[in-house]
Amino acid sequence: MERATVSFAASLRHAADRWLFRIGAPERVPIHLGQRRIYVLPSAAGLGFALALLVMLLASVNYNLSLGYALVFTLAGSAAASMLHAFRNLHGLSIRPGRCAPVFAGDTAAFTILIDNPAQRRRPALRLGAHGHWSGFELPAEQESAITLACPAPRRGRLALGRSVLETHWPLGLIRAWSVFIPDAECLVLPTPETDPPPLPADGDDDRFGGRRKRAGDDDFAGLRAHRSADSPRHVAWKVLARGGPMLTKEFAAGQGGELLLDWDRLPPELDDERRLSRLTAWVLAAEREGIRYTLALPGVRVPAALGGAHRERCLRLLALHGLADMATEDSA
Amino acid sequence: MSQCRTQRLIARLRPAGHPNGARANPPGPALRRNQGAWLLAAAAAAIGPHAGWLPIWVAALGLGLLAWRALLLWRGSRPPPGALLLTLALAVAAGVRAEFGHFFGREPGVALLVLLLGLKLLETRAARDIRAGVLLCLFLQLALFFEDQSLPVAALALAGSLLALGALVALTAPEGSEREHLRTAATLLAQGLPFMLVLFVLFPRIQGPLWGLPADAFSARTGLSDTMRPGSISALGQSDEIALRAAFTGPPPPPAQRYWRGPVLGRFDGREWHAEPATESAVPAYAPQGERIDYLLTIEPHRRRWLIALEHPAAAQPAVRYTSDLRALTAEPLRSRARFTLSAYPRTPVGMDESPVVLAAATALPTDSNPRSRQLASRLAAGARDDAEILERVLAELRALRLAYTLRPPLLGRHAADEFLFDSQRGFCEHFASAFAVLMRAAGVPTRIVTGYQGGEINPIDGHLVVRQSDAHAWAEVWLQGQGWLRVDPTALAAPERIDGGLAAALADAGELPLMLRADMAWLRGLRHRWEAVANLWNQHVLGYNPERQRELLARIGLGAGRTAQTLGVLAGAVALLFATLYAWSLRRPRLQDPLARTWERFCAKMADAGLARSPWQGPQAYAEELAARFPAQAGELHEICALYARLRYGPHAPEQDLRILQNRIASLRLK
Repeated sequence: MERATVSFAASLRHAADRWLFRIGAPERVPIHLGQRRIYVLPSAAGLGFALALLVMLLASVNYNLSLGYALVFTLAGSAAASMLHAFRNLHGLSIRPGRCAPVFAGDTAAFTILIDNPAQRRRPALRLGAHGHWSGFELPAEQESAITLACPAPRRGRLALGRSVLETHWPLGLIRAWSVFIPDAECLVLPTPETDPPPLPADGDDDRFGGRRKRAGDDDFAGLRAHRSADSPRHVAWKVLARGGPMLTKEFAAGQGGELLLDWDRLPPELDDERRLSRLTAWVLAAEREGIRYTLALPGVRVPAALGGAHRERCLRLLALHGLADMATEDSA
Repeated sequence: MSQCRTQRLIARLRPAGHPNGARANPPGPALRRNQGAWLLAAAAAAIGPHAGWLPIWVAALGLGLLAWRALLLWRGSRPPPGALLLTLALAVAAGVRAEFGHFFGREPGVALLVLLLGLKLLETRAARDIRAGVLLCLFLQLALFFEDQSLPVAALALAGSLLALGALVALTAPEGSEREHLRTAATLLAQGLPFMLVLFVLFPRIQGPLWGLPADAFSARTGLSDTMRPGSISALGQSDEIALRAAFTGPPPPPAQRYWRGPVLGRFDGREWHAEPATESAVPAYAPQGERIDYLLTIEPHRRRWLIALEHPAAAQPAVRYTSDLRALTAEPLRSRARFTLSAYPRTPVGMDESPVVLAAATALPTDSNPRSRQLASRLAAGARDDAEILERVLAELRALRLAYTLRPPLLGRHAADEFLFDSQRGFCEHFASAFAVLMRAAGVPTRIVTGYQGGEINPIDGHLVVRQSDAHAWAEVWLQGQGWLRVDPTALAAPERIDGGLAAALADAGELPLMLRADMAWLRGLRHRWEAVANLWNQHVLGYNPERQRELLARIGLGAGRTAQTLGVLAGAVALLFATLYAWSLRRPRLQDPLARTWERFCAKMADAGLARSPWQGPQAYAEELAARFPAQAGELHEICALYARLRYGPHAPEQDLRILQNRIASLRLK
């Protein structure tokens, strides 16, 4: 029952978006807020204010208070003028989506929206909202500002920012001016890495050792290199750091020459798809951390062995989008 | 391990400056200091002016609550607990109940509003509380108009509205500076004023009241009453409040003719004089004749039906009622300042055929009071041929007694007339009138007391006659066979200056007078004349703008009676016009200061019209190339224009005429 109501409300909103706000698909950038895109209506506080003015007007009529009329009319005029101030606060802004870094499912996606304020005046008290989450900010004059909107990303795949609302209650809080748009912004949500994954599998040749591989080189210290943020804290050269040196990472010989095969089909059969993806994600991260070249094999796709940012990115992207409707287009791209 | 990584990732992703989910998290308990300051200022501006009218404890408590809130705000402490506030609220409600005896009515209403605002501010946490506080402030501003609608109060209300709007602005945009908030609020207020003017003039006025008014709807005012005892009029002598104004069509009557007739008191109980019931009719009980004085009377509200008019009134506009004791009455109690076009006939004989019942009542005197006066009267009446002779003898006797006129008469006991005539011999007009009437009645001549105002002062600025409460006066009327009721002013026997020169001239000791009435304060009076002329204009044109005046004004611009639809149309049109003007203002873009930038913008706009807009990242060179590719026929010209702009913009100082060359080339450029 409740579900039916919710879906009815959703379809109503969809219809409103299509007919009233004339939006449907994500819009080509940049979105310019002209007169036709800005809507203005009294807020709840505005209705309360109107009611209070009505009471004051009745009192003025009843008691023949000339100045009462003047007070009520002045306030009503100011409230009416505030409607145009609210409109003006949004008018002329241009919106375009910024970069959105991938996150793991269950984390919070941080969408960046770039809003350009070409006018010579500040735009105070703005709010940007999507997915029921709001971010309040103000825009300085004549510059483009990056606004971050945090949305929870519960499931892997693509998280589109979708229907977004930019609104303001400035200046009196009595009027809400808003604009609805769908920016072309989305966030790649990666599968949650398994929290305590089994050790990395051996490569194809070591298969006969029961899928377990002795990482003999683990303690063969090979040298130091600059620390990267993805490096394990266990490998940080703490002694160097303690002496006041730079943050360095100890490299070990084990990774060199070795090669891993992270294969969907070789995972234990009792794991369901999501848990497989979860484990493979954890392994990709672990392999990168340890600097071992790896091959990722998913049903229908095989990424040849490599190491490094681009490779990691590609593998994680495949894992994130595995089995989703738009995966094919992604892979061909 | 991966969890640790994930957390670090989130830490990097999370935005630093902007609070998220503003709607999800209710605003914190603390009101920002600047928001609180705005609200407190608005509340102080709303409560402060009421302090003069309210019971002292209410005003003190209201302001005290504000001070407490200010202290909490300044220290950044938390608001007091709800239970304490509830207890306080119940206590103040009980206090108001005890003070006024009830909750309904204007005064307890304002008192409750003041205390409620103080308590509301103490518990202010959320935005909603602030808005409620602002609305309470606005209600209090309105309530101030019950007391006073003068120009300074209007200015105060304007300032209060500015602060209230500022509080709302500070609430929506807490980040802005106070100067910006003030500027925004002032802009809004200034933009509201044209709407106010249009609505004030054109909004259909309805004559109130729409529903019953509470008994104390308008504040009590000093003024005449329908009883008189020793001291009641001298109390008015201290007040320089205006009672009425008159604008005469011709020259104003001489001071000795300025008798403004109010309540007539015909019954004497030995100490106090009371009004007797009189019959009302639509026409006066006399035939107006003789000299006629036309004037426009503006009378201050006194909540009674008395139309205090120059003797003897007739032909009034709007119509008034006349009583058998020669007074004029309005149809409704005067709750607001009202204007009447009146004529006065000072030489009309009145009461020629007065009924015997009235005449009998006008000689009634309680037998157990003022024995010495009665004795004197019977001595004076003995051997007199007629009532006129008795009158002569009584006046002569009073003159002989050398009574003194003073604003501070000694307190008198039970036989007030006796004590005044024979013991203290010092009194104000009511003593003179009362003692005279007692003597006349004791002598058997029908006599009654008339109260009202005598005199008035011409304001040299606008020429209007201003009559104040300090001009309140009491005189007597004697009925003589064949002459009717005759006015006799016994005060004139002791202090003839009172009649010709007013109170200030009649009193020997100026210290008794209100500051403004003293003769040695001429410069102050000049200032006051100016101010009162302005206040009069304000009263006539702003406060006096009522349904009737609106009809007159609308008729003058061709929107007479029966044209309500057109009037509403004009109103809607005017409001729409104002709105359109504001809309145009909101869309305007500030003109670029730099003429070169303007020129370049014009060029880009022209190219955009031709179908190729400049992208924001394109410099003149890149744009020129794109344009040249699109319009190969003008490639050379386009390149040259862009190059010229680039040289003017980025090159070393260029001569003035180069800019003009650029402008001309842009203007003459025709794209195919």
